[in-house]
Amino acid sequence: MTWSPATDAETREMLAAIGVGSIDELFAHIPAGLRAASWDLPAGLSEMAVRDRLARLASHNNVCLVNFMGGGVYDHFVPAAVDALTSRSEFYTAYTPYQPECSQGTLQAIYEYQSAICRLTGMEFANASLYDGSTAVFEATTMAVRITGRSRVVHHSSLNPIHRQVAETHAANLGLDIVEGDDPTDAACVVVQLPGFVGTLADYSCLAQRCHDAGALLVMSFYPVALGIVKTPGEMGVDIAVAEGQSLGIPAGFGGPYLGVLATRKAHVRKMPGRLAAATQDAQGRRGFVLTLQAREQHIRREKAMSNICSNEALCALRALIHMCLLGKVGIRELAVQCHSKAEYLKSRLGFATLLNDGPTFNEFALRLPRNAQDVVERMAARGFLAGLPLEPLGVGGPNDLLVAVTERRTRQELDAYAQALKDTACS
Amino acid sequence: MQLIYEKSRPGRRGVAFDPLDVPEAALPPELCRETSAALPEVSELDVVRHFTNLSRRNFGVDSHFYPLGSCTMKYNPKMAEAVAAYPGFSELHPHVASSRALHPLCQGAFEVVYELERFLAEIGGMREVSLQPIAGAHGELAGTLMMAAYHRARGNAKKKDTILVPDSAHGTNPASAAIAGFNVVEVASGPDGTLDVEAFKRALTDSVAGVMLTCPNTHGLFEPAVKEVAELTHSADALMYYDGANLNAIIGQARPGDLGFDVMHFNLHKTFATPHGMGGPGSGPVGVGARLVPFLPGPRVVQEGGLYTLATPEQSIGRVSAFFGNFMIALRAYAYILHLGGEGLKKVSENAVLNANYIYARLKDAYDRAFDGRFMHECVFSASAQARDGVHAIDIAKALLDHGFHAPTVYFPLTVKEALMIEPTETESKETLDAFCDAMLAIAARAATDPQSFHDAPATTPVGRLDEVYAARRLDCAC
Repeated sequence: MTWSPATDAETREMLAAIGVGSIDELFAHIPAGLRAASWDLPAGLSEMAVRDRLARLASHNNVCLVNFMGGGVYDHFVPAAVDALTSRSEFYTAYTPYQPECSQGTLQAIYEYQSAICRLTGMEFANASLYDGSTAVFEATTMAVRITGRSRVVHHSSLNPIHRQVAETHAANLGLDIVEGDDPTDAACVVVQLPGFVGTLADYSCLAQRCHDAGALLVMSFYPVALGIVKTPGEMGVDIAVAEGQSLGIPAGFGGPYLGVLATRKAHVRKMPGRLAAATQDAQGRRGFVLTLQAREQHIRREKAMSNICSNEALCALRALIHMCLLGKVGIRELAVQCHSKAEYLKSRLGFATLLNDGPTFNEFALRLPRNAQDVVERMAARGFLAGLPLEPLGVGGPNDLLVAVTERRTRQELDAYAQALKDTACS
Repeated sequence: MQLIYEKSRPGRRGVAFDPLDVPEAALPPELCRETSAALPEVSELDVVRHFTNLSRRNFGVDSHFYPLGSCTMKYNPKMAEAVAAYPGFSELHPHVASSRALHPLCQGAFEVVYELERFLAEIGGMREVSLQPIAGAHGELAGTLMMAAYHRARGNAKKKDTILVPDSAHGTNPASAAIAGFNVVEVASGPDGTLDVEAFKRALTDSVAGVMLTCPNTHGLFEPAVKEVAELTHSADALMYYDGANLNAIIGQARPGDLGFDVMHFNLHKTFATPHGMGGPGSGPVGVGARLVPFLPGPRVVQEGGLYTLATPEQSIGRVSAFFGNFMIALRAYAYILHLGGEGLKKVSENAVLNANYIYARLKDAYDRAFDGRFMHECVFSASAQARDGVHAIDIAKALLDHGFHAPTVYFPLTVKEALMIEPTETESKETLDAFCDAMLAIAARAATDPQSFHDAPATTPVGRLDEVYAARRLDCAC
């Protein structure tokens, strides 16, 4: 099997033009002792056979359960136009816009994405994308360290435990003092999450003030859909806002690709990691877009760069932009109201369990069930529900604790059926 | 072209929701945003037409030859896109893996991870592979973090604080090593464009924890001393990192593990044909030899009693991404490997090297070559001769756009003045290569006779050369 078009005759012509007799001669300078010692790979399969095989593997995954699982990845509806437009190969087969004149589609889309993120968050500058929400937390942390010159980093208890682990892995050798709590004294930053990992909402305006009084920054990881109604990072005085952007039109896809969002205030833009598109003009005064402030990046600054990021998640950022455009000013609010209202309705039907949140929630909440949560989700799967995320394996709850998320896709009928099934399963 | 925000009309809608079928709930007012997010108010057709027209202002591999050196812009098979659309994969929630009780729900995805990790290990001559890193640079970071963990476990963390990187390396190498906590020392290339072994020996002190090499290097040349360098490195109790950016040149011919490398990353969006997506998403699995297996990122997919489940190595550096890396990209690469098979993968490097050498043969009299020696999957020229007439690498790049070709990589590697780095890949036909070479020859001829004519290029793109200084001064990055 091959995707190389060269015919035997063409190969001979090309070899003759090069002045060698065979393809082997092109590799003759690699000493025999350095050639592959083993090459134990299967024979190629036709497209038909590959697709059959992968369709069979896909059928070994169960995606037919009514979904109440969140924990940072949410089951939102994605309009067909998002897939249709991002499937245009002029987008997905292009690369980083190193030649801006033939990449205006990419660059204008990045500029519009940056604008949408700023409008959603109330921040002034957003970058073109980072890998995902977890690495965005790490990037925001080191950005705060660069800005403040301090090495103490405070992770608030609201932060996603997996994001915290990823940030800690990345920072292992940077000499940072990572502690838990909310005390900004001598800290580069305090990192909070909105809503918190178990769903609780809070106004962090006062913490922002305390951070600024102490010379620290407030970093916030936010849930983009929640900002349809929730007070924004900008309004709370956040300095660096990051997010897992999956909820903006990106499929769950067993964990990726997703979208790392990062936005900040003007004062900090030169310390920001990642690419940045800016408007400018050509000699005829026509508006166009280029990558700017590239001296922050690894291909110029090398070991002194703001980050090592090169490939980012541009196509996912395009998905997020198109999704936000389709939602529009009214739709993003309606989406958030639907998620919140349905979650509140479900909460009201779950009196048999204990609600663990100590404040209002958006669309996700934590329950303490009368029995082991892992047993419950296993039994609930047999009844057709992906019942939620047991918290104990993540180290943020007891054995009976379950995190439940509700999106606009859940109907009242599904919510009622879920409440009944959970009661049957957890209380029997 | 207008911005989507300039097309906004108050009251216009793109999507509609079913009426809320539960009572509407409200948040406490102090938790509510003051005004609605000013996203554009547009119809679905407004959105579709806007982004369709935006897409037409791009060059992509499907529409244009895209010989961007070091980026391996090969054809992205449609088959892989079809596979990635299977709902059994695309709709699978990753947290089903977070609870052992739910592992029966994701056995198909676990099998893809498990099998692809084994295929990649065989391809790289590595013991084990982790799909967690999200991009090539992220794989470098995971790899250098493992190197640090290795030396720490041996009680040498303080002493082993330096990584050696050739001056021809991608910028991500020193940037990744710095984030992993290392000092970076650059080693000069010799006049032949390969690593200067004597300079390398002088730099290889007791403090060296590892060496990052690209092979073939960014000059397009196989490192002839790679085995000797690996032996020297190992005798200094340091580790060898292979930057997989140029794996397309040697896939099936030589394996980094056999060359003496201890750790490497694979760029699935280069060698394994997954789309570049305007800059991403890519995928950068990291592979390791025996020394680093205990330090791999976790959790890992393992087989246990006929089922796939998860386990984390005891000395793991931890998670480098939230779940299993860019799984949907890995899935595409898995389909690519299944289709080509072992023999087809060997043909990849054969035809990639053939195409690059053919371009070199056709252009060598018109452009200065940067170094002697056999080019592999890409050829590097210098436009120094043209620059003496006032036509620089950037001018050649812009002129190529008017000929209907994406430009090569220019001004990289940094070691070559006026660099033009051309990587045709194996999926391009002889006619395309000939048309490109004809354009390059015409440009070289015109550079000698009419250098002034280059300053208005490109003339056929939606905009002409853009004012980057004005962009940086004004810093209009959002509206």
